[in-house]
Amino acid sequence: MPSVEKKEPLLQVKNLKKYYPIKKGVISRTVGYVKAVDDVSFDIYPGETMGLVGESGCGKSTTGRSLVRLEDPTAGQVLFQGKDLASISHKEMRKLRTDLQIIFQDPYSSLNPRKRVGDLLAEPLIAHKLATKSEADKKVNEILEIVGLSKQYKNRYPHQFSGGQRQRIGIARALMLHPKLIICDEPVSALDVSIQAQVLNLLKDLQKELNLTYVFIAHGLGAVKYISDRITVMYLGKVMELATTREIFEHPKHPYTEILLNAYPIPNPHMRGRNQMVVEGDVPSPANPPKGCVFHTRCPFAKDICREKVPALTGKDHLVACHFPLEPVNA
Amino acid sequence: MAMKLNPNKNVPEADGLATSEQMIAKLGDEESYLHMVSRRFFKHRLAFIGLIVFLLIILIAALAPVIAPHDPNKIFNEFEAAPSATHILGTDPVGRDVMSRLIYGAQVSISVGIGAVAIYVAIGIVLGLVAGYFGKWIDMIIMRLTDIFMSFPYFMVILVLVSIIGPSLFNITIVIGLLGWPAIARLVRGSVLSIKEMDYVKAGVALGYSTPKILFQHILPNALAPILVNATFGVASAIIMEASLSFLGMGVRPPAASWGNMLTQAESITVLSSQPWLWIPPGMMILLAVLSVNFIGDGLRDAIESQNAK
Repeated sequence: MPSVEKKEPLLQVKNLKKYYPIKKGVISRTVGYVKAVDDVSFDIYPGETMGLVGESGCGKSTTGRSLVRLEDPTAGQVLFQGKDLASISHKEMRKLRTDLQIIFQDPYSSLNPRKRVGDLLAEPLIAHKLATKSEADKKVNEILEIVGLSKQYKNRYPHQFSGGQRQRIGIARALMLHPKLIICDEPVSALDVSIQAQVLNLLKDLQKELNLTYVFIAHGLGAVKYISDRITVMYLGKVMELATTREIFEHPKHPYTEILLNAYPIPNPHMRGRNQMVVEGDVPSPANPPKGCVFHTRCPFAKDICREKVPALTGKDHLVACHFPLEPVNA
Repeated sequence: MAMKLNPNKNVPEADGLATSEQMIAKLGDEESYLHMVSRRFFKHRLAFIGLIVFLLIILIAALAPVIAPHDPNKIFNEFEAAPSATHILGTDPVGRDVMSRLIYGAQVSISVGIGAVAIYVAIGIVLGLVAGYFGKWIDMIIMRLTDIFMSFPYFMVILVLVSIIGPSLFNITIVIGLLGWPAIARLVRGSVLSIKEMDYVKAGVALGYSTPKILFQHILPNALAPILVNATFGVASAIIMEASLSFLGMGVRPPAASWGNMLTQAESITVLSSQPWLWIPPGMMILLAVLSVNFIGDGLRDAIESQNAK
């Protein structure tokens, strides 16, 4: 576990909000907002991996995309090395993009089908005038070797590769510009299990070798546990709990986290069937989130205060947004 | 880059995976999309014949000064002469050699067909890309503009415009070119709307590519297939348009030769019934040119649209 506390944060997210207007009628009147991301704050330190977990539609991908400014936030700030991404000029942003990269979930739509792999990978360097054609070609060879692909594949088109290979090409492309921070937007969710492990190991090794910082978005807890140093649990656009991976898995304080952990299948059949909290009902619509704590509609411990007052995210190292955080159980 | 990662350590390849990779390797390293489409295109017999015919017409147009037996505007003593050894297709009422005029007429049809389509495809692509990519009010303005252009009675507007600026080869090419873009713009916009949501476009933004680079190098190549098909059919309709305009005397004007204005002579019953060499050849040429282009378009569409079937 790297000691992350003393370092300056690489990226700070402050009260990030992303609302999508809901339009209706002939004149497209805005009748409401889908609050995809609602007041999310966290810091990311150099060299760490921050896991971002939650159910589908909880805003984790939107958060991830906002971090590389593929989405413009409705409110709040994303500070990369102290610079607010939303307020800097177009030109500066393009320069900064060499430090911020993203790996996408779907390896089938993330590579331009009309470009050869070699061109796909050389393109970033040439577009930023960081290398000549022959230099870029050399770097492409190197990077292909690093991600475990033969350099003979350079002349092929993306459709000639399997999903795992494509994801490695996507990773290689993100690495071409030597970024500091990579947003991994569910990079293994679309792959089958045996390939998932390969890609996760590759990401882990690359992090060590190149001193990368990751934001790792996933809905599968297994992958997140394996790769993350700290984990942020999101629900309906809000942060529920933020702590080190160990804390989250051993002493979850938020009932939602506990339920999420219980939902994770246990490989050992003898360990199954413990008294588990199971969540009931569906996720409420983010267009009309519940008052008070957004989780109260499904929370087994909900009391009156939960229906009225929004719990603040409190704590020093282990942050939790709950009026009645769970006490550590000592077995 | 100083990295000493051993790829084999990171990615232990299962045996099954290795063999499947070898199979992929055998699959032909370099079959590009273009190869695939052209292979399918050439399997389409009519399209292949169409392409040959159309290339022949282009060749005739290009080599007109060399292969034409006479000067197309030279007036001979015999007029309305039936086909003979000196005048293979006879002469017209003024005494000009029909064969030579037919050959020079190819130049007109080809240049209007290709020229006008090139102009409107260029306009349509740019407007469609901009409208689809930027959306919001830009899209709104461009799309309302296309609606307005599409609601004009096309032929009448061309007729009026040509009569104002004066009929000539150059003018009708420009007019058809400036009025034909709305269909292409809509087509492109539609494709852009779906392509811009693809992750590879987002990746381009994240990699810091400039907007023109994203538009023309990442989005356009993926939107090109339907444009190509549409443009091909556009060539056929531009050729017909020129012929119709010239027939009405609003296109290429005599003495310059065009298939359309050669047909004007067929207005008279005597010509129609007793001098078929004056109207059958230009009519056949128009038919041949349009048909060949349409077959090419059909073949292209089949080759492109069945792209997922092996």
